[in-house]
Amino acid sequence: MADAKKLAIIASQGTLDWAYPPFILASTAAAMDMEAVIFFTFYGLPLLKKEISAKVCPHSNPAMPMKMPFGGKEFQSFNWPIPNVISGNVPGFENMATSLMKETFKKKGVATIEELRGMCQEFGVRFIACQMTMDVFGFEKEEFIDGVEYGGAATFLEYAAEANISLFI
Amino acid sequence: MSEIICTAELNCEGLNCPLPILKTKKAIDALNSGEVLKMTATDPGSINDMASWSNRTGNELVAHTEQAGIHTYFIKKK
Repeated sequence: MADAKKLAIIASQGTLDWAYPPFILASTAAAMDMEAVIFFTFYGLPLLKKEISAKVCPHSNPAMPMKMPFGGKEFQSFNWPIPNVISGNVPGFENMATSLMKETFKKKGVATIEELRGMCQEFGVRFIACQMTMDVFGFEKEEFIDGVEYGGAATFLEYAAEANISLFI
Repeated sequence: MSEIICTAELNCEGLNCPLPILKTKKAIDALNSGEVLKMTATDPGSINDMASWSNRTGNELVAHTEQAGIHTYFIKKK
């Protein structure tokens, strides 16, 4: 497929919510017969770990709706006003918010990050891990899933120079 | 729709973006050229997404019907 369109994504965020767009777009691009590369750098790099431990961080995101994935329709649509003094100080708040978000995703038929990542690999999406970030944060290749390539800015840019769509996420 | 002969069926009801597209791609890959896949979905976003997917991949969207929130797509593999 020499004339295939190319998608180049930089994944730089490691929260659960921001983990979705790179994997959704890359898997869908591949499903649309496009080539896709995701370059994982900085906080996006842990998304290549065998176990993904990404969480949501309501404290740093006041726009995040706080919804309950259970109860009646009205209860589920209610947006809970959680003051920062609680979301930032109550131990375990992030874990709770993450569980609620995952449950909401599940109920709405949204794939898990692991599922989407697996689909990406199945469809031939290339994952490139930023070597510099690995050195800075002390990650080892053994911590990552199989099939990952390793490189730096030039590796990504060589591909991105030929890409039709380039996204920084 | 009775004249359309389907080789395979795929149930994507209850699934949200982008799963219906990803699963459709996998199901189409398993077919031979000219064979038809019947896919059902409840995601209202699938109407535009299936049209776009079909446009880009060249697999023909032969028909689309909707009944009680369930969308049925017939896709012919190119």
